[in-house]
Amino acid sequence: MNRPESVTVVGASAAGLGVVETLRREGYEGDLTLVGGEPHLPYDRPPLSKQLLSGAWDVGRLTLRQPEALQELDVDMRLGVPAVGLDTAKRAVLLGDGERVGYEALVVATGASARRLPGTEGVRGVHVLRNLEDAQELKAALARRPRLVIVGSGFVGAEAAAVARELGCEVTMVTDVAVPLGDALGAEIGGMLADVHREHGVRIEPGVMVEGVLADGARQVRGVQLADGRTIEADVVLVGIGAGANTGWLKGSSVPVGNGVECDATLYAGDGVWAAGDVASWVHPGTGRRTRIEHRTNAAEQGLAVGRNILAGPGEAKPFAPVPYVWSDQYDLKVQIYGSTRGADEVRIVEGGLGERRLVALYGQGGRVCGAAGINMVRVLRAHRRSVADAVPWEPEAALVGGER
Amino acid sequence: MKISLDVDKCCGAGQCVLAAPDVFDQRDEDGIVVLLDENPPAEQLGQVREAAAVCPAAVIEVQE
Repeated sequence: MNRPESVTVVGASAAGLGVVETLRREGYEGDLTLVGGEPHLPYDRPPLSKQLLSGAWDVGRLTLRQPEALQELDVDMRLGVPAVGLDTAKRAVLLGDGERVGYEALVVATGASARRLPGTEGVRGVHVLRNLEDAQELKAALARRPRLVIVGSGFVGAEAAAVARELGCEVTMVTDVAVPLGDALGAEIGGMLADVHREHGVRIEPGVMVEGVLADGARQVRGVQLADGRTIEADVVLVGIGAGANTGWLKGSSVPVGNGVECDATLYAGDGVWAAGDVASWVHPGTGRRTRIEHRTNAAEQGLAVGRNILAGPGEAKPFAPVPYVWSDQYDLKVQIYGSTRGADEVRIVEGGLGERRLVALYGQGGRVCGAAGINMVRVLRAHRRSVADAVPWEPEAALVGGER
Repeated sequence: MKISLDVDKCCGAGQCVLAAPDVFDQRDEDGIVVLLDENPPAEQLGQVREAAAVCPAAVIEVQE
């Protein structure tokens, strides 16, 4: 085993933190540097669109580790300084303040950035929701109970809609898909969630593209322009149309970049470079497909895997073969998904039902189970995780009979 | 080994149960973590530390 003498991790969120913690936990004694573009100690992002936005939690609750625990890791932390370039030949990271940080092994964990609507730069009242500042700005805006238009109907938009309604805002959700969350959960379950949003007073405009925002002479947003010619008035607009991997700083290096850092099945990208978290694209050994996942649990699991694989070395590294997991909290519903439900050609509710708004559904593709989703059936859903992990043949009737209740 | 939980932060992901099934469980109604064994035997340490590492809400703290 030839352990690197120094490891530099770029990205100080869940994945990057996971790497340095794993390295120390497994006895690594070499030099560790953690570079983070944001000035904050590592913090948690899922609560940004939930408890932080609603005011249930203050910022301190988001801190992932107490300062003393971070100190014990004996890591050179460079926070508030973004990486701006990478020299893979000389093995050095170029930082925004002009400094260079060397490495023998490098982990790219720079995450992803929210996509913005073209033409919204500098327009006041147009928000995205990705980092702490975004969440605090949106929270301040929602406190004035504005007319809010949410562009996009993914999890971030749906969670923000739920919080905004609870805060008393007038909320309209505009989405180009026919059923909000339908791409993730299927038309039936997505439709049920859309009904819940409507019952809570969210106006949903499905199946229509947003062409742009309307602003007044003072560059304050006044509404959104829809592709079908209609306009919707708004005081605040939240754009939740996905995110793109933060790979710009790798330009000109030898690191292969496509939709994210293109790694092998072990999360290795060559030349001493590994990747973890939202930025990492790897070939999932189970599906054989190149995959990039923007979920919190994936970041922690990839951080763990990369830490171990660095210590094992590229030749001995193990493939990363997780059962992906994501959750979303909307009103009193907890939505949980194991595996991959997007693109499924079969959906079957095997426990509970749409009417009671408690259910477990299995998703199939190519004759095998590829995913499982639950609504307010936490333990029951977990019993079906094994079917997803093993990609068992598509026989949902058997699951219905044999599933643990 | 001493385990402390910040239960208010738990999001019910159940990753801890998958990592250390003898130490953690979930409540039926909402999936919130339940500690089955406050002082698990030392051979469980690896699993418990892994549970703490993969918890997506940083709920679990382990002291040796």
